[in-house]
Amino acid sequence: MRAADPDVKSSKNQQIPRLPEQTPQEKIALYRTMLLIRRFEEKSKQAFTQGKIKGFCHLYNGQEAVAVGTISVLNEDDAVITAYRDHGHALARGVDPNACMAELFGKITGCSRGKGGSMHFFDAKKHFYGGHGIVGGQIPLGTGIAFAQKYLDTNRVTLAYMGDGAINQGAVHEAMNLAALWKLPIIYIIENNEWSMGTSISRSSAGDPLTKRAGAFDMAAIQANGMDLDDVRAKTFEAVSLARTESQPTLMEIKTYRYFGHSMSDPGNYRKKEEIEERRKGDPIELYKARLIEGKIATAESLEAIDAEVTEIAQESYDFAEKSAEPEIETVFEDIFAPEDQIFEFRPEPRY
Amino acid sequence: MPTLTYREALNEALAEEMERDDKVFLMGEEVGEYNGAYKVSKGLLEKFGPKRVIDSPISETGFTGLGIGAAMYGLRPVIEYMTWSFSLVAYDQIINNAAQVRYMSGGQFSIPLVLRGSSGGGLQVGATHSHTPENWYANVPALTVITPAFPADAKGLLKSAIRSNNPVCFIENEKLYGYKDEVPEGEHLTPIGKARVVTEGSDFTIVSNSGSVHRALNVVKTLEAQGIRAELIDLRTIKPLDFETIAASVSKTNRLLIVEENKPFAGWGAQVAYEVQKELFDDLDAPVHRVTSLDVPQPYNGRLEQAVLPNEERILATVKELLA
Repeated sequence: MRAADPDVKSSKNQQIPRLPEQTPQEKIALYRTMLLIRRFEEKSKQAFTQGKIKGFCHLYNGQEAVAVGTISVLNEDDAVITAYRDHGHALARGVDPNACMAELFGKITGCSRGKGGSMHFFDAKKHFYGGHGIVGGQIPLGTGIAFAQKYLDTNRVTLAYMGDGAINQGAVHEAMNLAALWKLPIIYIIENNEWSMGTSISRSSAGDPLTKRAGAFDMAAIQANGMDLDDVRAKTFEAVSLARTESQPTLMEIKTYRYFGHSMSDPGNYRKKEEIEERRKGDPIELYKARLIEGKIATAESLEAIDAEVTEIAQESYDFAEKSAEPEIETVFEDIFAPEDQIFEFRPEPRY
Repeated sequence: MPTLTYREALNEALAEEMERDDKVFLMGEEVGEYNGAYKVSKGLLEKFGPKRVIDSPISETGFTGLGIGAAMYGLRPVIEYMTWSFSLVAYDQIINNAAQVRYMSGGQFSIPLVLRGSSGGGLQVGATHSHTPENWYANVPALTVITPAFPADAKGLLKSAIRSNNPVCFIENEKLYGYKDEVPEGEHLTPIGKARVVTEGSDFTIVSNSGSVHRALNVVKTLEAQGIRAELIDLRTIKPLDFETIAASVSKTNRLLIVEENKPFAGWGAQVAYEVQKELFDDLDAPVHRVTSLDVPQPYNGRLEQAVLPNEERILATVKELLA
């Protein structure tokens, strides 16, 4: 396995399986998912501005190739867990866009029944373990999921995402130590968009690259270009293979960039417009589109048709969310406790 | 019925539940090769092997979160804190993850998790190691909080907690590990959420929990010699609170004393006092009285610490006020 830093351990396994060749249809499907996320987020932005989405709303625009590329090399029953900028991961994992938008609108049809909101998407059927609001707090959870995957001999793996800001949380380091110590099948993915809210990485994190943090735990580490879907896929595939075949964790740093503020409440005055414009020139969707056209995998027209299709899906999700019912007040008391089946039910009705 | 220590009763519960269900595992500092800082897990590594009895690094945030994630995936982790005082390092994981994930996922993910360990003062281990944490956790919706006072309940409640499909804070008491009493063999499940009347009486009611039950019991015995009969209730479970048992007793005795080792501000004792005045106002012949630890950090010095704890002298003095 490629190491991002000479101090970082490489895999001893010389027989890393190769990333399977994709069919044109598969490539086009990934383009479609990236574009779906882009159009969905544009719709979210509009809905937030209209006051239909409340609270916090962290958009994923610019980072689409990370979620789509990494998740594209997973099996359906592998686990995904992420932080609060979670719309892209949910959609890439196949969570229904209607359920996602309805969650943003706080409706009962939402993927968390309107109880989670933007930061707390969940979908058990899609092995999507959330959507977590506390920076770095999801990383020990992901580590526990990987622990359970190994304990139960599932041969499954976990992808646990965090932003570059999370890498300075103690929880992340504690979790990485446990994963390296106990050889857990997990890939820690830092989506390095260079800004932890309004603080640039140079003002927040000592040591470059961030993959160096893996060195202390003797953990494999790898960097990827988050603007290049194929690079993300290739590097993630190496890490996933290491997890699946050797039950070894990897720390990935994927360089990316977000186009909008930290959340919709953030005007982003800490960075210049020119910086964003410059970075948009390396847009991951445009880059991939050009590659598909150059490779004669798709025509500009067929990709236009896909754009029309996903734009329609985003609009439909908006319409669905708007039409959906508000949760009944009674639901506030639901979903607190799992029903008991091994001991008798001991909880009275909520009474405080 | 065999006589076991509180520690042995807990050990029996763990062993029986691990035997019964492969998904139960024990993780924490020194639980394996060292046999547990308080020997609660003695012999379990030998019996169940390192896959299921796992020595963790000193990393409460990490292994608590790992336990929660494993529970989300369907395992039934038992996470040991050497003392609950150290759970503060993992507070975010317990509050924001263990307690919230089910709700904020719209009920999709359950957390069948037991967090357990020692707690309490009286052993001169100073301010950072003497906390009584039940109020911190009882304040959080979705957490069940259990504080056994006797070996039989330690066993029966731990078995019930492990079988619960929800997160349980199981708070043991360091001073009780060596306490001996009769414990039923084998399948013994104490119901969660049910208090126990330890002594029956008609003059006044004492509601207490954990180590304070034993302080209160000594006082009850002293008063008995003076012809005063107290009804002592051991809450056993702090949340959900068994108000029915409290209400039945207070309706009979018309006087209530609360004895708890917690610091006084905003704890379960205050909640009980609130509910009693709300529901039983006309039954009360005196204001509800309360003996708690003093509102100061825990001092090291033994004389000072005894003054801070809800000692028998203060309990007796308060009983006098209550009965005046």
